[in-house]
Amino acid sequence: MFNQPSPHEVKILTRCFGVENSHRIDASLAHQGYDGLKKAIEMGADAVINEVKASALRGRGGAGFPTGLKWSFIPRTSPKPKYIVCNADESEPGTCKDRLLIQNDPHSLIEGIAIAGFTMNSNKGYIYVRGEYRYLIAILETAIAEAYQHNFLGKNIQGTGWDFDLYVHSGAGAYECGEESALLNSLEGKRGTPRLKPPFPATHGLYQSPTLVNNVESFCAVTHIIRDGAAEFAKHGPEKSGGTRLMCISGHVQRPGVYEMPLSTTLPFLMNEVAGGLRPGRTLKAVQPGGSSSPILLPEECNVGLDFDSLAKAGTMAGSGGIVVLDDTADIVSYALRIISFYQHESCGWCIPCREGTTWLKKILERLDRGEGSMKDVDLVGELAKNMFGRTFCALGDAAAWPTGSIVKKFRGEFETKLAAHQAKQVSAELVMIG
Amino acid sequence: MSLQLSEATQARWQKILDSYPEGRKRSAVIPMLIFAQDEIGMITRELMEEIARRAEVEYLQVEEVVGFYSMLRKQPLGKYHVQVCTNISCMLVGGMDLWHHACQTLHLGNKQTSSDGLISIEEVECMGACCWAPAVEVNYDFHHHVTPARFDEIISELREKG
Amino acid sequence: MATTTAPPTVINAKLNGQDIQTKPGTLLINLTKELGIEVPAFCYYEGFTLQAACRMCLVQVNNSPKLLPGCTTMVTEGMVIETESPLVVEARKSMLEFLLVNHPLDCPVCDKGGECELQDMVFKYGAGESRFVDIKHHEPERAFSPVVYYDPARCILCYRCVRVCDEGYGVNALGVINRGVHSEIAPNLGDQLNCDECGACIDICPVGALTSNTYRYKTRPWELKHVGTTCAHCSNGCKTTLGVRNDEIMRANNRDSSGLNEEFLCIKGRFGFDFNHHAERLQSPLMRIDGQLQPVSWSKALSAVAAKFLEVKAAGGKFGVIGSNRTSNEENYYLQKFARHGLGTNNIDHARTGDVVTLVDALSGKQGKLATMADLYQSKAALVIGSDLSQQHPLLAYELRRNWRHHQARIYAMTPGPVREDKYAAMKARVPAGQEIAALEGWRDQLAKEGELLILFGDSVKGEAVRQLVDFGESLGIPVKYVALVDYANSRGAIDMGLTPELLPGFVPSQKPGLTMPDMLDGADLDVLWIVGANPLERRSLTGKRPFLVVQDLFLTGTASEADVVFPAASAYEKKGTVTNVTGEVQRLSAAVKTMGAKADLEIFGLLGKEMGLDLGIWTADAVFAEIRQNVRAYNVTMPILASGGAAPTTPVNGRVNVEMRPDLIQSAGDTLFTSGSMTKYSQVLNSVPERPGQLYKPV
Repeated sequence: MFNQPSPHEVKILTRCFGVENSHRIDASLAHQGYDGLKKAIEMGADAVINEVKASALRGRGGAGFPTGLKWSFIPRTSPKPKYIVCNADESEPGTCKDRLLIQNDPHSLIEGIAIAGFTMNSNKGYIYVRGEYRYLIAILETAIAEAYQHNFLGKNIQGTGWDFDLYVHSGAGAYECGEESALLNSLEGKRGTPRLKPPFPATHGLYQSPTLVNNVESFCAVTHIIRDGAAEFAKHGPEKSGGTRLMCISGHVQRPGVYEMPLSTTLPFLMNEVAGGLRPGRTLKAVQPGGSSSPILLPEECNVGLDFDSLAKAGTMAGSGGIVVLDDTADIVSYALRIISFYQHESCGWCIPCREGTTWLKKILERLDRGEGSMKDVDLVGELAKNMFGRTFCALGDAAAWPTGSIVKKFRGEFETKLAAHQAKQVSAELVMIG
Repeated sequence: MSLQLSEATQARWQKILDSYPEGRKRSAVIPMLIFAQDEIGMITRELMEEIARRAEVEYLQVEEVVGFYSMLRKQPLGKYHVQVCTNISCMLVGGMDLWHHACQTLHLGNKQTSSDGLISIEEVECMGACCWAPAVEVNYDFHHHVTPARFDEIISELREKG
Repeated sequence: MATTTAPPTVINAKLNGQDIQTKPGTLLINLTKELGIEVPAFCYYEGFTLQAACRMCLVQVNNSPKLLPGCTTMVTEGMVIETESPLVVEARKSMLEFLLVNHPLDCPVCDKGGECELQDMVFKYGAGESRFVDIKHHEPERAFSPVVYYDPARCILCYRCVRVCDEGYGVNALGVINRGVHSEIAPNLGDQLNCDECGACIDICPVGALTSNTYRYKTRPWELKHVGTTCAHCSNGCKTTLGVRNDEIMRANNRDSSGLNEEFLCIKGRFGFDFNHHAERLQSPLMRIDGQLQPVSWSKALSAVAAKFLEVKAAGGKFGVIGSNRTSNEENYYLQKFARHGLGTNNIDHARTGDVVTLVDALSGKQGKLATMADLYQSKAALVIGSDLSQQHPLLAYELRRNWRHHQARIYAMTPGPVREDKYAAMKARVPAGQEIAALEGWRDQLAKEGELLILFGDSVKGEAVRQLVDFGESLGIPVKYVALVDYANSRGAIDMGLTPELLPGFVPSQKPGLTMPDMLDGADLDVLWIVGANPLERRSLTGKRPFLVVQDLFLTGTASEADVVFPAASAYEKKGTVTNVTGEVQRLSAAVKTMGAKADLEIFGLLGKEMGLDLGIWTADAVFAEIRQNVRAYNVTMPILASGGAAPTTPVNGRVNVEMRPDLIQSAGDTLFTSGSMTKYSQVLNSVPERPGQLYKPV
């Protein structure tokens, strides 16, 4: 636990956070750990999938695809082996929640994966953990060993005749591996470049076999949904964005932190009531509601719900739930540069527009950040971003182009000011030289 | 000179190799690389050849991934590799200044190592500590709410450890 | 009442406003290609894995603002496709603008200039100016091998080279390293290649990222005259297009993917032309005067030889003629005519490398049992016996592999050592030479389950073993075709044209078989031995009475050094004619260059015959081929096919070939990718690559 909980939280996934040794199975079992798995076994696969659908759970990794629907795509009776893959490659700037779930309640994750394994007739699962989260591997491996000991993993689980083995796989530093098809390539030992879709991982995933890939939080949510019923979860959010999510709010707020909030929460509520509002004397400048990949919101646009559909309607996205708040002290030009530098560094290089586009945009923004350039360059940024958007092989290109385009559009004035200030400095420097 | 790896790393390697289905040893390459790098300090040609042999892949297939993943490196770094995040959440609360502080006080640039081989620094991307920023990772240990003063403390502690 | 609808056999769609119909499963990019509409693409390359990485082929579908890649989009019923809408035009322009961000303006110094796909695309679809004013990312060029150079700055990362090397050739010597804009192509040894050095990567590269070191900075493509001809080396009969400037061959490739080999060429076909202008090419007849070979005029040499031949003929002396595996059909036909009608001898032979004769005899009475190159790609199953195809018959290896890739053909490999086919063979076995027929019994049941079978066999199956193999094949109860593997560019033609003591042209048995090659070399007491394009005395001497030795060759080989008279011969790239490949398909040779002083063997025969006062017919390739078409069974081929550079199949005799089996005469030279018999030492390229036999690297 790294921040004080908020009284406004609805603690479903985070219910065990703060319990002593919450990462050990004894603590988990004392809090209905693995009751969900037992219930799933009782319910049967079809009922499980329907329950997940009814919960209106949307994927918590960033794309927000309806989880129940995704589960229904797996051909459970395929003669090929089915795989369950947990995406623990959390790398979206602004996001730090999967780490907490694994650290504080790994059993809820294992349980969720096992539920998926049972439902899909799978016998093998992999948790792909980003390389930097090394300390979580020990925690996971301990928890997995405990789960084996208690017959929640391994052979003939709970007497069902179904076997399931779960492994931890370490990444080695690549944001693109958070993209599910790139993750699968990485898991196969290859470069983390994305795959052509169709076919989708559901039918041609790991080793070209049917594979279910879901985010850590998605699996954890399933555990609670199956144990306590879909309605209990769904009721916390609007119709198509059910439940709670671990919202990470960071930047210029007084109480940055990870808070489990209903999806019916609004951005102003999260910012002010939960995160303590801005620092004294400061005014709001902008918010990125879905991590660095989301189009930026002006203060007047911030009165919006944090569910997937409301944010989409507002021209941005909920993404991985990382809300980044900027006040008037933030230099938006440097901020834009930092965003594009990130994508340029992380671009896998597979396709021309992303590889070259992020490089070009970074160079222009570097100049603009130094104050060198003209408004033509600002216009060019907008145009290049538009030329990239929707034309790249995967969403990383969109993630680079979309926020960048929104920043130069909505904060054009700040770019103008910075350029003018630099010009003025140049002129006065020249005057000093002459004079 | 043949590759010498500790028993712990060998055991980890075996555990990794046993994780994947029959005929899928290639999956072991990246985890094997990073765990071996922890011990050796960098990816050597020897190491790559050994991994190619154990994972039953071509040397070229190992080469292809080494340059792709940021954490893998062919050059040695310090015993304590100090990674400073300057991405958006950290940047907003002083991450960039912290990085400049690191460069200036240690007289090192990005991915450079101190002459005693003890400390190296790197400007890194988001490490998943955004709400407790600014964040620093030393090897695999996380440090949160790192101010320049706290940074200096961390460095002293590392120097004391040696 | 439920009814089931049959799947559609026709898809209706709209393309640029026109109604069109196509088959289900057609890719958009192939549809447009069929209709002659260009959808530009870099990474899409027919026959290899789809990628959609370059994003050049984005087109508009169903009026959606989200463009789709044409190379991976299937045409569906009612689809509305726009390939020239304003959005598509703008997308192409901006995609090229992105690509030119880091691509250096190297055109003035880049070998690809003039035939560069990026240049072409920028002219057609790009903007007039770039808006990029910053510093380009640049990495220096590097040498992957003595032949292949790589320039990372120019590389557009289309990965065609990686795919052709991996999927096409099964070599997998190229990969991709680093990430993002730092991505580069890398060779399999880290900094060097260990591969076939075939250069396919160079020719498939759309830009000048991969270039040929042998062609570097030499010329511009528009300065070259391009002459398509047949490769002078192995028996597979690849078409190679020679780029010629001022009577010098500057390069060879098959960029137009025509010929039996389409996009395939090996190092010999692509780079192995350099023997042609080796400094030691003979450019003058030589005559032994006072024990030393000295240059003489043509008239002196011809009259000396004619005089000697007439003298020996008048005295009833013995002639011996050893022909070539590489001379043209016309030359072979004329030579055997010279020997039989001109000199009155049946002592004519050549170094035989495969038992075609026994195969043809064993197949007597059956139709359509000899395979053509197309069968390599089409046959549902193939059995390779005794030959390392990727070393000795690289086009055959390529076609089988392509067959496996596209059609999941089942390949069986029964060879003494490991072969590249092992990696994808349905079954493989290590069987020493001579034991294959017995071992095949173990595969009988498996092979009989195949729909059809193509059997290729090397020189370890000869004589009686060939008959046993045919018996085996015919007993499987499925359609079986055969290929008897032979070594060189016209080894088949040598047999077909009767360069054999026991056979006349067209597999007609001779009434009075003459001496074989071993006989001629050992104690035959010949008065004259005439050796054309062969080198039997490189490593051994003649025994018995020393004959008057006349040799025709390109170089002063070991055999030529022993001669009394040497005539300088033209190479395959310097004359007109036809050659017949291992699958019995006739292709033409086109004269691309001339070497001063050398003459085509056919012309030498003609001049010699004239000097002797013989009437053997006009010695032009056309005239001789006309005679061949009339007189040689199986060679009644269709002229338009040949004239247009195609391959015309021959249909050898379908009947018994009543001659004595001579398996002892059959021996393959066992060449690799980097050797070509006596020509090997004259090719600088073949001798420069690290993979050549005896050097540092093993062949892949």
